[in-house]
Amino acid sequence: MLSRILSNDFPRSRVLAVLLVALVLALALTPFVFPGVKALNVAAKVMIFVVLVASFDLLLGYTGIVSFAHTMFFGIGAYGVAIASTRMGPGWTSILVGTVVALALSFVLALLVGLFSLRVRAIFFSMITLAVAAAFQTLASQLSDLTGGEDGLTFKMPEILSPSFEFELMGHAFDGRLVSFYLLFVLSLVLVLAILRIVNSPFGRVLQAIRENEFRAEAIGYRVVVFRTMSSILSALFATLAGAMLAIWLRYNGPDTSLSFEVMLDVLLIVVIGGMGTIYGAAIGSGIFVVAQSYLQDLLRHGSDAASGQPWLAALLSPDRWLLWLGVLFVLSVYYFPTGIVGRLRAAPTAAALRQPPEEKETP
Amino acid sequence: MNFKDLDWKPLALVPVLALLVLPFIGSASTWLTLTIAGLAMGMIIFVIASGLTLVFGLMDVLNFGHGVFIALGAFVATSVLGSMGDYTSSQSLWQNMLAVLPAMLIAMLVAGGLGLAFERFIVRPVYGNHLKQILITMGGMIIGEELIKVIWGPLQIPLPLPEGMRGSLFLGDAAIEKYRLIAVGFGTLVFSVLLWVLTRTKLGLLIRAGVQDREMVESLGYRIKLLFIGVFVVGSALAGLGGVMWGLYQQNVIPQMGAQVNVLIFIVLIIGGLGSTTGALIGALLVGLMANYTGFLVPKAALFSNIALMMAILLWRPQGVYALGK
Repeated sequence: MLSRILSNDFPRSRVLAVLLVALVLALALTPFVFPGVKALNVAAKVMIFVVLVASFDLLLGYTGIVSFAHTMFFGIGAYGVAIASTRMGPGWTSILVGTVVALALSFVLALLVGLFSLRVRAIFFSMITLAVAAAFQTLASQLSDLTGGEDGLTFKMPEILSPSFEFELMGHAFDGRLVSFYLLFVLSLVLVLAILRIVNSPFGRVLQAIRENEFRAEAIGYRVVVFRTMSSILSALFATLAGAMLAIWLRYNGPDTSLSFEVMLDVLLIVVIGGMGTIYGAAIGSGIFVVAQSYLQDLLRHGSDAASGQPWLAALLSPDRWLLWLGVLFVLSVYYFPTGIVGRLRAAPTAAALRQPPEEKETP
Repeated sequence: MNFKDLDWKPLALVPVLALLVLPFIGSASTWLTLTIAGLAMGMIIFVIASGLTLVFGLMDVLNFGHGVFIALGAFVATSVLGSMGDYTSSQSLWQNMLAVLPAMLIAMLVAGGLGLAFERFIVRPVYGNHLKQILITMGGMIIGEELIKVIWGPLQIPLPLPEGMRGSLFLGDAAIEKYRLIAVGFGTLVFSVLLWVLTRTKLGLLIRAGVQDREMVESLGYRIKLLFIGVFVVGSALAGLGGVMWGLYQQNVIPQMGAQVNVLIFIVLIIGGLGSTTGALIGALLVGLMANYTGFLVPKAALFSNIALMMAILLWRPQGVYALGK
């Protein structure tokens, strides 16, 4: 049973298993255990990012190609729900229509970008996605009639998901945010398990084969272009769904929340820190990163205040410069921590128990 | 070179594009103004892109952090030009040059110096691994951009043209800004020098041989690593020079300019074929012209026109107009 749910891809490390169970429990119980709106928001952001990062890992970790347009698909999903809810009024139909239209748009865009760039070489893909994402961001701010421009869109959700919907359960008063929190929880769990299923399917194995040795995979008879394009489309579709989740939770969407390059950087960093090529890494990474990020700026503010005597140091530690420290962290993790948390956890027990030298990777 | 072997079709693209647009614009003088502006922009982009394409061709290293050198060059220029008020406010073009040339030189030195450090600490540990290269150089780009914000502040800084370079010349009805002509001149100079070094000197011979077959050059006893470091530093310095020219062209600089120009450069490299210098020139001119034409005809579609152009080229030649044979 458990093996079916997890697609036979167990954590393979006791610490990791404990961490994962703790994460799921913490998320499930947040509304009851951690009081306050901030904790609820952080938990919701973690759930959205788990899906977003897992979908990105499908591309980066499993297929071995870098896309910089992942936030574009994230944004399409969020804008889909936002625009449909603004135009058609709040309701389940608008959420559904918005999501479906967004999925269709993401599908077409991902197919086009994939076909144009991946048939040549994987590097083109990174460069073209960067250009397309930049163009899309400009477009989203320019089409202000549709997208609300830089201000973004604020909209309403169906009655049962909005804060004004109040109800009583076992003597406690709750509102619609709790319903939407658990909707997100279920969605995120289902989507992550679905991604886990995909990467552990025969299709997922082919992707890994391409990542390890493109030439050999092609020689065995797999059309590398087709598989890479399919992987990029799948990853785009899941990112779109994550975007729809974001819109449902925030009841707002603007270019900075879903399209900005900073979101892209967060995603990259989480994948690297969590562990490329492991869906569990996306979950653990998102949990740690989002929580840390919510408090990193506070930490920097303290540091900056403490260093106010030295203007240079204060400028470096200013909370506005937190991206600098994320960048440093990112570079250091790619160097010294390339397998991420999950890779380390999985490697540790076997190496200690068997006293075997690490397996040499066969060179192509 | 045998004339028959010359692959002339890509070379014809630039004039063909310019002539095709002429009927849409209508007036010949506007067309001339736009064309000169496009060529100037294209030349500046070429100066920036040339270093990147060489680095890629020679060492198979794709540097997503190239934009840092552009921004750095431009910001150094604001500081240098800002401290040379006497020369920049003079009406004489030659006195202006006395201010702009040192600014360019210092910007190139600083950008080249940073390039040396960038190569050593960011790029060298990840040779031969594209995935890590993309991630690491992107990280380097973010760090660089934030450091620029720490030094010069996060806001836009004006970079006014020196007095003597402002204003326009008139050719019939067509107004041609002086600085655009200067930019075309500088760009042509850089291209000529680059072409001369690459095709007429021993150093250029080694670089071209390295692009073709690195191991062979190594086995002949040349230290390709030193050559590569040299190319990387020169490429960074050229990006710094391009940054100064770009900043003067826009008349202001912001820390994010590196990332913005990076997008243009990538389009240029994809059009031109990664690793090809002439391809980069053609790509840069096409992108510059296209940006100015669409900026005039359908302003909202400016960035998309470049992507559309790139896709059209990729349909025609999937490796870019001049593909390297690997």
